Amino acid sequence: MKTVAGYATVIVMTAALFAELTMLVPGLHWGPSEGPLLTVGDAVFYLLASVAMVSAVLVAFSKSILYSAIALLGALLGAGGLYVLLRADFVAVTQLLIYIGGVLVLILFAVMLTSRIGQASATNPATSVVAGLVLLAALGAVLGFAAAEAPWKGAAHPLELEATAERIGDLFLGHYLVAFEVISLLLLATLVGAVVVARKEIKE
Amino acid sequence: MDLLCHVRDFVLAAAEGAGEAAKHGEGAAREAALGVQAFKRVGYLWLIPFFPMVGAIVNAVVGARLQKRFGKSVVTNLAIGAMAAAFVTAAVAFVDLVGQPEHERLLVNHLWNMFTAGDVQANLTFALDPLSMMMVLIITFIGALIHVYSVGYMAEDPDTWRFFAYLNLFVFSMLLLVMGDNFVLMFFGWEGVGLCSYLLIGFWYKDIDKAKAAVKAFVTNRIGDFGFVLGLFLLFWALGGQWEKRSVIPPHESRWALADPAHLYEARAEAGTTYVADPTLSPQTPPATYAEVEKLATPEGWRPGASIATRDGGKVRVGPTLSFRELRDQIAVESTGVKNRLTGLTFFGMPLLALVGILLFVGATAKSAQIPLYVWLPDAMAGPTPVSALIHAATMVTAGVYMVARLNFLFALSTTAMTVIACTGAATALFAASIGFVQNDIKKVLAYSTVSQLGFMFIGVGVGAYWAGTYHLLTHAFFKACLFLGSGSVILGCHHEQDMRKMGGLKKYMPLTEKTYLYACIAISGFPLANGFFSKDEILWKAFDAGNNLADPALGKVIWLVGWVTALGTAFYMWRSYYLTFTGEYRGGHGAHESGDAHGHHGGLPHESPRSMTWVLAALAVGCFLTIFLGLWGPAGVEPVLERWLEPVLAPSHALVAARGAHEGPLAEWLLMAASVAVAFGGWAAARALYKDAKSTVPATLAAKYPRLHRWVLDKYYVDEAYRKTVLAAIWAGAKACDLFDRVVVDGAVNAAAAVGRFVCDVDGAIDKYLVDGAVNFVADGALGFGRALRRVQTGRLEHYLYAAVAGALAVVLLTFLVQ
Amino acid sequence: MSQLAPGLPHFLVVGAVLFALGTYTVVTRTNAVGILMGVELILNAANVNFVAFDRFNPSPHLSGQVFSLFVIVLAAAEAAVALAIVLAVYLNTKTIDVTEADTLRE
Repeated sequence: MKTVAGYATVIVMTAALFAELTMLVPGLHWGPSEGPLLTVGDAVFYLLASVAMVSAVLVAFSKSILYSAIALLGALLGAGGLYVLLRADFVAVTQLLIYIGGVLVLILFAVMLTSRIGQASATNPATSVVAGLVLLAALGAVLGFAAAEAPWKGAAHPLELEATAERIGDLFLGHYLVAFEVISLLLLATLVGAVVVARKEIKE
Repeated sequence: MDLLCHVRDFVLAAAEGAGEAAKHGEGAAREAALGVQAFKRVGYLWLIPFFPMVGAIVNAVVGARLQKRFGKSVVTNLAIGAMAAAFVTAAVAFVDLVGQPEHERLLVNHLWNMFTAGDVQANLTFALDPLSMMMVLIITFIGALIHVYSVGYMAEDPDTWRFFAYLNLFVFSMLLLVMGDNFVLMFFGWEGVGLCSYLLIGFWYKDIDKAKAAVKAFVTNRIGDFGFVLGLFLLFWALGGQWEKRSVIPPHESRWALADPAHLYEARAEAGTTYVADPTLSPQTPPATYAEVEKLATPEGWRPGASIATRDGGKVRVGPTLSFRELRDQIAVESTGVKNRLTGLTFFGMPLLALVGILLFVGATAKSAQIPLYVWLPDAMAGPTPVSALIHAATMVTAGVYMVARLNFLFALSTTAMTVIACTGAATALFAASIGFVQNDIKKVLAYSTVSQLGFMFIGVGVGAYWAGTYHLLTHAFFKACLFLGSGSVILGCHHEQDMRKMGGLKKYMPLTEKTYLYACIAISGFPLANGFFSKDEILWKAFDAGNNLADPALGKVIWLVGWVTALGTAFYMWRSYYLTFTGEYRGGHGAHESGDAHGHHGGLPHESPRSMTWVLAALAVGCFLTIFLGLWGPAGVEPVLERWLEPVLAPSHALVAARGAHEGPLAEWLLMAASVAVAFGGWAAARALYKDAKSTVPATLAAKYPRLHRWVLDKYYVDEAYRKTVLAAIWAGAKACDLFDRVVVDGAVNAAAAVGRFVCDVDGAIDKYLVDGAVNFVADGALGFGRALRRVQTGRLEHYLYAAVAGALAVVLLTFLVQ
Repeated sequence: MSQLAPGLPHFLVVGAVLFALGTYTVVTRTNAVGILMGVELILNAANVNFVAFDRFNPSPHLSGQVFSLFVIVLAAAEAAVALAIVLAVYLNTKTIDVTEADTLRE
């Protein structure tokens, strides 16, 4: 029941947010207002956004850590879909590979290793829910308001769907070379650090 | 003698390489060909100093642990392996060098530019020409032998790793010194060997006297380095280098003009030190860089490893430089006009070249222990004996000689500088030899002998006989290393006894050491059975024949006489040391080893040293014999091998020196040779009569008869004391005056200020105590209370922090909107 | 195109929602792994914003995508280390409740 209620809340909230965005704020125009109300591409956006946000709500509210983890998969997938919409194919693929293929699996492993899933009813307890909800509301309102209200200069401009990997590679080995090298060092350090932290102490 | 000549011819042919013998006729043709130094680019020279460097680093960093874990042999084998690798690489380079045409024997290995500041271009470039090749072979070969010897000698010392790290570091520095293609690298090496010398003299640093000797060596060398650097600066200035560019000088690029026969340098050189670019050249001609010059010099253009053909009147970069090759080209190629300019320049009324030569030679006097800066070398015997052999006899102390020979084209231009060098050398040779007469410490005898022999070398390079001086350097490296190592063997055999009065009769106990020592004595005292005779005789002959190379034509004869007398003295004191040490009865106490500690074998009769040591001695003795053939004169008109070998290096000064010579006839040469042999026999006979088997009472009688003279010489003419009284006393007086000034004037002022300050402080203190402290305590209490209260905020709960952070961020966002 | 056609604010709103939910997760969870998931959500929100800004930049040059890639890499690194720490804590205390792991507080 709780889950259903959670979904309902989220859907209502999403609708409210977009209502705010599209109706309550007058004078918002991101282009000529002719054409169909909602194209297929637009519909895909709403679908993906809903998936991401609903899954995020599940991550936030689910009582079971395992469900949370599964829901995280949905959130990450949704975000990855959004990247595709945003013509960021390489980032999307990376998201798929590293987040879903790597991080999520890692998290699942951690869940399996640390929680007795079968025994505990609430593996993902929450504290101070009320304060958290206040924070959630405040954050959502303020950030959503800021996102909608700010006079963004940018405009969606038609871009061909082109492969970005090559240009990103150029940037990595050109303009961002130092950052790239530093981050590779960081990864190495992380690798070593993670092993050192997680290994079992060898008792003499 | 005939047989020797044949052998000599064989070696000559071997050294010249295939297809070389037919070419290069006599003098005139060779002089005319004196143009730009051609060279070959190679890529492996850096390996030669690299191996000892690696050895030094490894032994310095992990040597202690290696030694503890795996034993000493790891450490010693590492060091010896590094030396062997360096020697093998040097041998490869030698083969490569021999394969080059005679006047293109220069291998250059440019690694990278260390820094460029204005005209100063310091490159990490190694170069090997016949002269530095000879030095490198000496250093790596004798160095390797001495490493092997040290294994036995330092067997009892717990700090083996440190010793070998220092030794390898020394070899690295020394190789840097001789292989550097420019003054900067040479100076690095120059300082590096000074440092290693300091470290090794003070190797047993817990003994305060040894530490003091190390400091003395270091400080004395600093004085010389100061002169060296001054000379370098002056030379650089004379070539046109300067700090600030004056307005008349065109921009940096255009001052580098390509000088070739068509555009005389003088036409472009204005008054002072400025170089004005040829207007016909500079607008069209891009600035000359190394690469461009080389591209111009070869038909096929520059590529790494290509040998660049000499072309008469090839392009030379003119201007301030630190590179030996460029300097040589500028001076040797007449059409650049640099030679005329340098000889004409004066500095505060003094001829510049003489000043530069003398200042550089000041550096050499310290490094090579000449008057007046020789005082550190005898004290340097405090170091372990292999160190004395390697650093203070065979290699480092000859750096000054090497430097003069390397810059022969510069020194030969100034007879004043040559005179100073030759006279200093002669004076040092005689002076040090006379002290050697009466010393009782076997290492001190050898030390003064080294100083004296270095004086001989400086006579050689001073009178323009650069090859003879260098040859003596070579022979001396062998026989003096042999003598020092022999003395080390004796010292070890006699349980760390260095006093010859307590030795004697060691022939019986240490047969191999005795034989090698004997042969080295034959070499140094100038019997024509070993190498020493040939080099010393050549130096003396060249001194006699110096003529106008010195300030006064008669001076050459005087120097010859001094050298001849010194040779007599040399023979005498060396044979004295031999007879005192090896003949007669053993005078050391049985079991007289004072320390009486756990050294098991100590006490009792002397014993022969381990094989690793005696074999090294034998190898060096064989070297003493074989090196004869490098300097053996041939039939008329044929130069000795080494002279021929060094000829490309010495060519720029050759004609000049030869033209100024006195040209004495061959009869004089033979007579002088006979005289040399005579003094060798004389010295030997006298020493034999006085010291053989310790039977004669004459020495003691003489000493008793002239006690003051004996004392005077024994105490080294009180030079150290004199320095202490004069130089050091002046410094002390200066220091005392400063101290007094400090105490009376400065302290007085300070104290007065302090008194006023104290009064103010008293008043202030009262205010402070009641008013300020009250406030401060109040604030402190407040802070304490506040901190205590605030401590509760630090909950350690992540979410609390996050609440605060997000709330702050939201506030900022809202504020931004509200303000808008 | 209507107002419903997704523009920059639409994506930013998605980012904002993800961020808010991520923050909520971090704040309320006591399970360390749960907190980690919240962090991942926050990072994803930032990524969505980066990519969206890059897309709607008048002169796009992919810097936003590059930054989002950096974020992904850092997230992976962070996850690895954090989970290693969680594991270590679990091995030592038999719990991963962050409210109980406060030994370093005092």
